[in-house]
Amino acid sequence: MRVRALETILTEKGYVDPAALDRIVEAHETRIGPRNGARVVAKAWADSGFKRRLLEDATAAVNALGYVSPVGAHLIAVENTPERHNMVVCTLCSCYPWEVLGLPPVWYKSAPYRSRSVIDPRGVLKDFGVTLPLQTEIRVWDSTAETRFMVLPMRPAGTEGWDEQKLADLVTRDSMIGTGLPKPPGDSAR
Amino acid sequence: MSCAHDMGGMEGFGPVQPEADEPWFHEKWEGRVLAMQRAMGFTGVWTIDASRAAIETLPPEIYRAASYYEKWQLGLEKCLIDHDLVGADEIAAGHSLRPGQKLERKLMAADIATRLKRGAYDRPAQTPARFAPGARVRAKTIDPPTHTRLPRYARGHAGVIEAIRGCHVFPDTAALGQGEHPHWLYTVVFDGRELWGVAADPKLKVSIEAWEPYLEPA
Repeated sequence: MRVRALETILTEKGYVDPAALDRIVEAHETRIGPRNGARVVAKAWADSGFKRRLLEDATAAVNALGYVSPVGAHLIAVENTPERHNMVVCTLCSCYPWEVLGLPPVWYKSAPYRSRSVIDPRGVLKDFGVTLPLQTEIRVWDSTAETRFMVLPMRPAGTEGWDEQKLADLVTRDSMIGTGLPKPPGDSAR
Repeated sequence: MSCAHDMGGMEGFGPVQPEADEPWFHEKWEGRVLAMQRAMGFTGVWTIDASRAAIETLPPEIYRAASYYEKWQLGLEKCLIDHDLVGADEIAAGHSLRPGQKLERKLMAADIATRLKRGAYDRPAQTPARFAPGARVRAKTIDPPTHTRLPRYARGHAGVIEAIRGCHVFPDTAALGQGEHPHWLYTVVFDGRELWGVAADPKLKVSIEAWEPYLEPA
């Protein structure tokens, strides 16, 4: 009720166009989602030149693709390796790379995730059913500015020769936040 | 300001609970709040930092109890009142009691595809960067009475400059409507044990994005 009342006030005062609000909701429910990020990751797995450009300047690299909806400034891709696993959080609010991953899930914005990621990331990973070797460095990126981080996960073994579309099906949203891993090749149909 | 939002390192919230096949919105009204927030953000009357500050300064018990989009609604109402765009009496009445102010920009349906994009926050530098990659720095022990993006858990701790991100709008002034005052922005990496003590995971590294005024040489 309170939300509807505010929309009435803003519309009556001429501050918002209700049709624009419809379109914003629609854009977030349809065009803006983790499929964008998955295509970027798959491209980086398949094309080493693109991967280099992505890690240098993710905004420019993604916008140059043309087929992923345009992203704003300051997107940064961070690469997982056997030595280092990256995780992204915003301890102060909910900063998240919307344009490549869509709106953040509730857990990303929740107190348990925001409080624990920086002090006990392995415990958080356990909540997601992920266990990493103790010798793997865990690097947590706290998004305290307008820079936005997406994780470039490691390409699963057994995907040699796969095309980008097939690879993209293995890329989960959580693998691009760092709380999950890509699906193993046998799982791509799921 | 060290309000309820500054959660890094706090204990006792329990496990993270991922939801399978989570919908974009759990209730229809959530989408309307998001859309109003974005449409009003587009008008440029206040900055993104001001809208964050409005949410952070909600009473802590409300901050903790309210859902994400409830907080957005409350923060939006606060910004509208603080900027004289809507009266508290109008929010109580549930409809407009006076004509609106003239705004410079209004987001129209036809603009969504092209103009609903995140802005850029880097600005031309006026001075050279004080710190180079590899430099040891310490996050200052400061507790500004107003909005800041230096999380409490990093204050007083030493880390290393990993990257220079350019000269970015300074949230501490932008939130107050006192201008952009751009400063150099750095990625600063801290060792887990530096932040949390010897019992911390020896393989943990945590980075923050820190503006130059937050940092001093270590």
